Amino acid sequence: MDLLTLHIVVPVLTLIGIAFARNLQQTRTIAAIGMGIQLLQSVNLVFAFLAERRGGNTAEVVFAKSIVWFESLNIRYDIGVDGISVAMILLTSVVIFTGVFASWETKDLYKEFFISLILLAAGVFGFFISLDLFLMFLFFELAVIPMYLLIGIWGSGKKEYAAMKLTLMLMAGSALLVVGILGLYFNSAPGGGQYTFNIIELSKVVFPIELQRFLFPFIFIGFGVIGALFPFHTWSPDGHSSAPTAVSMLHAGVLMKLGGYGCLKVAIYLLPEAANELAWIFLLATGISVIYGALGTIAQKDLKYINAYSSVSHCGLVLFAILMLNKTASNGAVLQMISHGLMTALFFALIGMIYARTKTRIITEMSGILKVMPFLSVCYVIAGLASLGLPGLSGFVAEMTIFVGAFQHQDVFHRVLTIIAVSSIVVTAVYILRVVGMILMGPVKEETYSAFSDATWYEKVATVALIIGIAGIGMAPLWLSDMILNSLDPIISAITGI
Amino acid sequence: MSWEQFLLMRHELLLILAAVVVLVAEIATGEDKNGINHTAIWLMASITVVGFLPAPVGKLFGGMYVVDSLRLAMKNTLNIGLLIVFLQSARWLNSKENQGRVSEFYLLLLASVIGVNYLISSGNFLMFYLSLELTTIPVAALAAYEQYKSRSAEAGIKLILSSAFSSGILLFGLSIIYGVTGSLDFSLAVFAGAGSLGIVGFIFFFSGLAFKISIVPFHLWTADVYEGAPTNISAYLSVVSKGAAVFILILTFFSFFRELQDVWQGVIFATAIITMTVGNLFAIRQKNLKRFLAFSSIAQAGFIFLGVIGGSELGMAATVYFVLIYVFSNLAAFGVVNIVAVNSGKESMEDYNGLYRTNPRLSLVMMLALFSLAGIPPVAGFFGKFFLFTAAAEGGFYALLIIAVLNAIISLYYYLLVVKAMFINKSENPISGFTSDFYTRLSLVICVLGMIGIGFIGEIYDYLQSISFGL
Repeated sequence: MDLLTLHIVVPVLTLIGIAFARNLQQTRTIAAIGMGIQLLQSVNLVFAFLAERRGGNTAEVVFAKSIVWFESLNIRYDIGVDGISVAMILLTSVVIFTGVFASWETKDLYKEFFISLILLAAGVFGFFISLDLFLMFLFFELAVIPMYLLIGIWGSGKKEYAAMKLTLMLMAGSALLVVGILGLYFNSAPGGGQYTFNIIELSKVVFPIELQRFLFPFIFIGFGVIGALFPFHTWSPDGHSSAPTAVSMLHAGVLMKLGGYGCLKVAIYLLPEAANELAWIFLLATGISVIYGALGTIAQKDLKYINAYSSVSHCGLVLFAILMLNKTASNGAVLQMISHGLMTALFFALIGMIYARTKTRIITEMSGILKVMPFLSVCYVIAGLASLGLPGLSGFVAEMTIFVGAFQHQDVFHRVLTIIAVSSIVVTAVYILRVVGMILMGPVKEETYSAFSDATWYEKVATVALIIGIAGIGMAPLWLSDMILNSLDPIISAITGI
Repeated sequence: MSWEQFLLMRHELLLILAAVVVLVAEIATGEDKNGINHTAIWLMASITVVGFLPAPVGKLFGGMYVVDSLRLAMKNTLNIGLLIVFLQSARWLNSKENQGRVSEFYLLLLASVIGVNYLISSGNFLMFYLSLELTTIPVAALAAYEQYKSRSAEAGIKLILSSAFSSGILLFGLSIIYGVTGSLDFSLAVFAGAGSLGIVGFIFFFSGLAFKISIVPFHLWTADVYEGAPTNISAYLSVVSKGAAVFILILTFFSFFRELQDVWQGVIFATAIITMTVGNLFAIRQKNLKRFLAFSSIAQAGFIFLGVIGGSELGMAATVYFVLIYVFSNLAAFGVVNIVAVNSGKESMEDYNGLYRTNPRLSLVMMLALFSLAGIPPVAGFFGKFFLFTAAAEGGFYALLIIAVLNAIISLYYYLLVVKAMFINKSENPISGFTSDFYTRLSLVICVLGMIGIGFIGEIYDYLQSISFGL
């Protein structure tokens, strides 16, 4: 079996294993082992990919494979990866691996929890390896639907409302995608011949501009909904704050990236002319996402809400960068997806751990946590510093690249928007430092706090794995950005080649 | 005409034979009628299996009776449906109230499904009308099967009145059509020069058929009948009877009425939108699961029209494929509702609160069925619905497509409400855990295998497309 299919097979085998587990101990052990193997093979995939590239394989996608599925409709099991997908796969396996450890103490319906969680991850892995739009769409929906149960059953607060809202909004996004995908499909053979869903083949078709104008909004908004594009972001704060820890991690860390990835590799890649024409509308929307999300954090008191709004801002930045339609900014966008994925997963994991002890997430009710839980607090500070873009951590690399890329546009419109977006960094610094100051510093007010234990071993595994990723990208970003850059070539040449 | 040619009617002849055997069994057995259950079920199972064996194709009685690969596939699809209904009925027929009347149930359903098979094979409107009546009338008797419940009697009378009414309309349409085209044969229609009278005839014909498929605004009987009739009969109505009407609709539209394509595309366009939207909006408000499934099946009929409208080969294949999947998904949902009702007497959505904690397997089957109806992967409903959308896009009906995908979101909402009740809501007084009988379990296993398998086995769709035809 090929490297890529194994990325779906391993989660599925893990699911089957969990179905036969007898108790919580067995369940989480199987989940941890399965996702551990998944992480190892993702690392292996990165090395295999780099080796292919070094070996002179310049194909747009490597490890490609194509099996006929529905012959009469030319639907195929088409898989293959480029640098961007490899990076996203690695991110996903890190987050799901740590997610398993972050949900170590799940008591209620634990089997179902891990099954839904890993099913979600399997959908995401499938999405990133797909080259066939039908297949990609299938995995997209497969990744969304377990969220309903995950939030609805194991969530907290207004969980039923949040779960329904999230599912319906994301599915509405996917409904728009259906229209877009079918529009592409039935125009994929202008000279006669067989229609296709294959992205690589579709990228060679020149779609008439009227059609592009019609389809671009469907596909861009369809993916944009899950990337928290303003004004379709409202599912995100409710969803993230109600979801259990691991689900927030996976959702903010990985699932929201499906949006950015899809916008870049489907909407812009396949419909470059419309992207050029219509980018300004969506740039305005994403500019609002960035600023609105950042300002929203300041008004919030609940740690999860704060982080959810910050995710809106950061994911807005991803779409913002993609819409700059140049190589540097797009590179920054992908770096930001990975950086934010790791960072927000760390944030949500820590919030979950703190909440498990203090039983509150309201920042005004906590103080002095640094004194009782030094390990978790230090991790929190690291996550915060990464979030506000401290050099040496991943956030800096990503945001710097984005803004450099964005500033390459000479005109007033782009300049002004960029300056506004840059100012979000300042706002981020404000809310991060405010939270750190309020909950970590200061005296221990509550007597019960002295009884709190610091991180357990499984919590340490989760946090340390994520911090290694954040620091690793911050210190040595070049291998990653090289890998991304040459995969951006076809997309950029599609945009500039008009 | 030789005896071999009768083998073309293999499906019908076997079903008639089965009906005779059940009749003889009824006479031969004494007080205990349980044996008839086994006889009928295993006879039907064998007939269903035999139906899949390769068979000759051709015409009989001067084109009155037609059989080809596509019609065979349609018949097999609906025979599977009947088999599943039989499997799900055994436990209910064993209850004290129904014990003396087991064979009636099987006889009438077999009669109805003989009508279904002849309906699909009809090549002439006379044959069509005859078999359509044979399809409906026994079911009306069955809707009133639970005589001790006034609801059931009400359902029976509602069904027979509304179907008599629709038959009248349909016949009127047919008589006009015969007047203007001079033909009742599907392959010989000439509408050229018929003018608007031909269109009027078509509209009457369509309205009559729309009653059977419960297309809005001809759907008003549906919810009441589904709620009052025994669950298995509602299941039969919503799957086999509706499937047969859809099949004959697409067959006649693509052959006899092909010259009126512009007219029927307009009609389908409008009714599809109304049917989806009304079905969905009403489904949201339902508290009784049988009524809920009634409105959901109305909405599904609207989706099916997406496959009809383009008039293409792809559309026909997508329609048959969707109905095939719908057989498994809808019967799984009805099967769960039925077995829960038989064991606990409860059928409202509130009663399902916390069902997963007491009956995890049934809840999982129900969830898969609802996801399949909603079109969520990895269950087959996803593929079925996507291909229907594909068929609409192929014809360039993007406005309809957009309305349909939005409707799919509404439908997801109410399907999730049931999932929410079973998995998320807590209940003080949940339905206690029970063990289902062997036949019900078997039927649910078949449904689950169908829902999971059909999507992934691409060859099934490819085969259907290879035997379909467009305009």
